[in-house]
Amino acid sequence: MTDAGRNNKETAVGTDSKAVDGGRTETRRAFLNGMRDGLPIGFGYFAVAFSLGIIAKKAGLIALTGFFSSLTIRASAGEYGAYTLIAAGAAFSEVALMAVITNLRYLLMGASLSQKFSPRTSLLKRILVACCITDEIFGISIAYKGYLAPAYTFGATFVGAPMWALGTMCGIIAGGTLSAGVVSALSVALYGMFLAIIIPPARQDKAVLIAVIISFILSWTFSTIEWTSTNISSGMRTIILTILISAVMAAVKPIKTSD
Amino acid sequence: MNGRLFIYLLITVLVTNMIRILPVTLIRRQITNRFVRSFLYYVPYVTLAVMTFPAIVEATQIPMAGIAALIAGIVAAWYGLGLFPVSIICCAIVFLLELFLR
Repeated sequence: MTDAGRNNKETAVGTDSKAVDGGRTETRRAFLNGMRDGLPIGFGYFAVAFSLGIIAKKAGLIALTGFFSSLTIRASAGEYGAYTLIAAGAAFSEVALMAVITNLRYLLMGASLSQKFSPRTSLLKRILVACCITDEIFGISIAYKGYLAPAYTFGATFVGAPMWALGTMCGIIAGGTLSAGVVSALSVALYGMFLAIIIPPARQDKAVLIAVIISFILSWTFSTIEWTSTNISSGMRTIILTILISAVMAAVKPIKTSD
Repeated sequence: MNGRLFIYLLITVLVTNMIRILPVTLIRRQITNRFVRSFLYYVPYVTLAVMTFPAIVEATQIPMAGIAALIAGIVAAWYGLGLFPVSIICCAIVFLLELFLR
């Protein structure tokens, strides 16, 4: 790989890309396994992305832009935040900051995944795997036995990402033709997925539960009090409260360090 | 597509994927700062919680339906149902409640 020539302390990482996969058949098998595990994820993606498409349409996206925007972004909360801000005509800087905040968890997941690679996995493959990160793809990749075979993550994304993009496209096309009752029902799909991400860890870790409850209360307070609801947009509210609550929780209830 | 929308989307695509790539290229070792690790640990849950409530109640035609979906979603997720089933349960509750309460 080209990165082998860099003056990096850890150039060994990028030197021997051929040996990484341990043969073509194994790569092929990992890819197929990834596709198999990506299929149920893809079905879920389609339904949730459909409701995302309804929001994307409000931001001015058409079927084609929705398809490619979802294919290249692949972030539920991130896209939801972006489309909401775009629809509200927010500043570019606000959209960029929103993308950082709503996707900050990918930073954590990326850091975690970096420990999961074989030392021989090339930097290029590490970067490509990192690009595949979503909540679900990260979940199955980190659960992979032993060192992560990049082909496994690629296989899952190969199935999941197009379904995510197709769902968004269909939501933009068909969202307008559905009855108000169906649109109303679909509009909570995304929130259902958010709940499914935050509640299980809250059950296991009381500190997360407390953080979630405080978030609910403060978010509700901010949207109810007249001054904050008129002066602070919902996007800024998310950013401010996330930094504030996470910082306070980190100071009061720091995580136990394993080492 | 107008230029402004294209810039919005380009920003989101670039920022989102940079965040994904950054850790695997820059941070090869574990983060040791306890506060930073703790802060990053809480961020995803707090962001999603803030985005969910009260937005879920404002998204439906009848606020009651949104509240019911919130409670049902929390209960379903508490008992270990996955992303897809929890989403479907929330949708179904809103659809049925609005069908009968309107």
